[in-house]
Amino acid sequence: MKWKRKDLLGLEDLSREEIELILETARSFKEVSKREIKKVPALRGKTLVNLFYEPSTRTRISFELAAKRLSLDVINIATETSSVRKGETLIDTGKNIEALRVDIIVMRHSSSGAAAILSRHVRASVVNAGDGWHEHPTQALLDMFTLKEKLGKIEGLHVSIVGDISHSRVARSNIWGLTKLGAQVTVCAPKILIPLAIEQAGVRVTYDLDDALRNADAVNVLRMQFERDEVGAFPKQLEYFKNYGITQERLAKAKKNILVMHPGPINRGIEISSDVADGPHSVILEQVTNGIAVRMAVLFLVAQANEYIKR
Amino acid sequence: MKLLIKNGHVVDPANHVDGVCDILIEHERIAKVGSAIKVDAHTVIDATGKIVIPGIVDMHVHLREPGREDKETVSSGTKAALHGGVTSMLAMANTLQTIDCPEAVRLLRQIIEKTAYANVYITAAITKGRMGEHITDIARLKKEGAIALSDDGASVDADNIMLEALKKAKKAKMLVLCHSEDKRLSAGGVMNAGFTSTKLGLRGISKESEYKRVQRDIDLAASIDACVHITHVSCKESVEIVAQAKKKGIRVTADTAPHYFSLSEEAVSGYDTNTKMNPPLRGKDDMLAIQQALRDGTIDAIASDHAPHTENEKEIEFDRAEFGVIGLETELSVSLALVHAGALTLSELIAKLTRNPAKILGIPKGTLSVGADADVAVFSKDREWLVEKKVFFSKSKNSAFLGKTLKGLVEYTFVKGKRVYPYAE
Repeated sequence: MKWKRKDLLGLEDLSREEIELILETARSFKEVSKREIKKVPALRGKTLVNLFYEPSTRTRISFELAAKRLSLDVINIATETSSVRKGETLIDTGKNIEALRVDIIVMRHSSSGAAAILSRHVRASVVNAGDGWHEHPTQALLDMFTLKEKLGKIEGLHVSIVGDISHSRVARSNIWGLTKLGAQVTVCAPKILIPLAIEQAGVRVTYDLDDALRNADAVNVLRMQFERDEVGAFPKQLEYFKNYGITQERLAKAKKNILVMHPGPINRGIEISSDVADGPHSVILEQVTNGIAVRMAVLFLVAQANEYIKR
Repeated sequence: MKLLIKNGHVVDPANHVDGVCDILIEHERIAKVGSAIKVDAHTVIDATGKIVIPGIVDMHVHLREPGREDKETVSSGTKAALHGGVTSMLAMANTLQTIDCPEAVRLLRQIIEKTAYANVYITAAITKGRMGEHITDIARLKKEGAIALSDDGASVDADNIMLEALKKAKKAKMLVLCHSEDKRLSAGGVMNAGFTSTKLGLRGISKESEYKRVQRDIDLAASIDACVHITHVSCKESVEIVAQAKKKGIRVTADTAPHYFSLSEEAVSGYDTNTKMNPPLRGKDDMLAIQQALRDGTIDAIASDHAPHTENEKEIEFDRAEFGVIGLETELSVSLALVHAGALTLSELIAKLTRNPAKILGIPKGTLSVGADADVAVFSKDREWLVEKKVFFSKSKNSAFLGKTLKGLVEYTFVKGKRVYPYAE
């Protein structure tokens, strides 16, 4: 299997083989991260721009480190300091970045589809670092990498995703990736946070957290974004924690070795209790570590497949 | 000056004509329709193998002038129309400055008199600034030349104001075209609410926001026995409501746009902003329901909802892009697919593009009756063409059909007996 895409926009379009190739490639890059010298010359002389239209610390830093470990030169652009505020369009910004002979653009944007639109207008590779509610492919890939590393496989696993599914790009990317790799996915949230017709993606829907945890091999806990609640329709914080918060008591009713994952940043006492976040089930910090290897794999693969970069 | 269109397959539903014959045009009017007309004509157009129809009447068009001449003008819009076989159109009132006062109607009328290549009829707003609060001076707007009323782009939210407007329109004998949408239900949405919007992570526009308002508009009209027209019907539920009302004898008519019976929400995948319009492309079952409604007569007319926007307003993020697509130049070809697929007969389709909208609007168009203005379109039913930006005469290029090959090409368009399309190089 050879990787042929110049961009990584999401997991919905990828085949099972493509996802497995990324995870496999990430495994060898994780080895690199364990060496004394953590850097390989794979993409030396190439340039990457982190174009972030939304504030982000962990994803940007993770991409930056991944890039540097591949010997890429990295420039960070955040909207606060760019001409975006002067009204430049996304496509114009992309073309300007390309004119600087940049090879890879990693973009975070609040509009769903922004990465897809950008990718149609630039020859540089575009890696989606989160677009609106749509996809956050590298997050889901690192979640799957962690699952595979911990449990040996993904096929046949029961994975529950708990939290604001409606507004979550992490949930969507996980749903596509996990179902393609043969996992049984359950989504769990109050009804208002379950998106329309999501069962058609091949997932089970439940509004009962105990039900979601009962057979789960892993639970992926999403951050509750109360700032998205424009009309006061979400459950209130305490009520949410009571019904959907992941606590030791809840986990006592689940499988003994259930893994607890979270894309971060965590809200202690809102969607997850501190004892769980810091407890033996939690692999939250390992996810962060794995993020670098997965992003190295993605950057490496898209660069390899892009004739423009190899010119 | 005599002009003879010879040997074409004439389809004129208003006169139940559907066969090969000749059309003689004299003094800007249809002089005779019959077989093998022998006459010493100044110009003879050989239409052998082609279809000859009354010029299309498009009852829902945005010409953007005055105010947004960067998107479209009366001149460019009517030129585009003729390219699509459209000879008469109803211009909507939502220009930059709403057509809501006699001065605005007069100004637009003057622009039309000076620059239009085809017949343009004027819609005035129902309420001032289309804000849904103060009803316009309907009688004076009519006197100044407006023939219909619509707040298109918006709906009059308050029931009492809408009812009052319908009463005044009835008294003035003016048709009200309803853009039926409850914005409290659709606010923030950018595409149909469903699995596709879930997949794409885009905020949905529910069908309820449309059909509940369709029901309200029809109920209000029925309560005072007024005529009402529902424009751009996009979903199954709206179709059912219109059908029920017609059964009860309520005087409701309806149109839909070609994209609603040829595309579904799946076309939005890929975030092509030329698939973003309001109402949005709905589900496949809705698309089929619209086709069925055209077949059974629930939907009377096809109108383009031609909505030009500049590339600056369209080639951006999906949720930020303007709603709307151009349609004047593709509506005949896209609609002909229904005939090619056997869903409608050619005559049934042409009725929905000519006689029916003319009848709804009460204008003497959409017919090849002797004495009528000689507005005629001649097209090849089977000729294919590739939809590319460069083929459009519209100032804007935001077509949902870019890159597609369509079947059915307009060869000639005549307005008042004059061949106005194709344009001289």
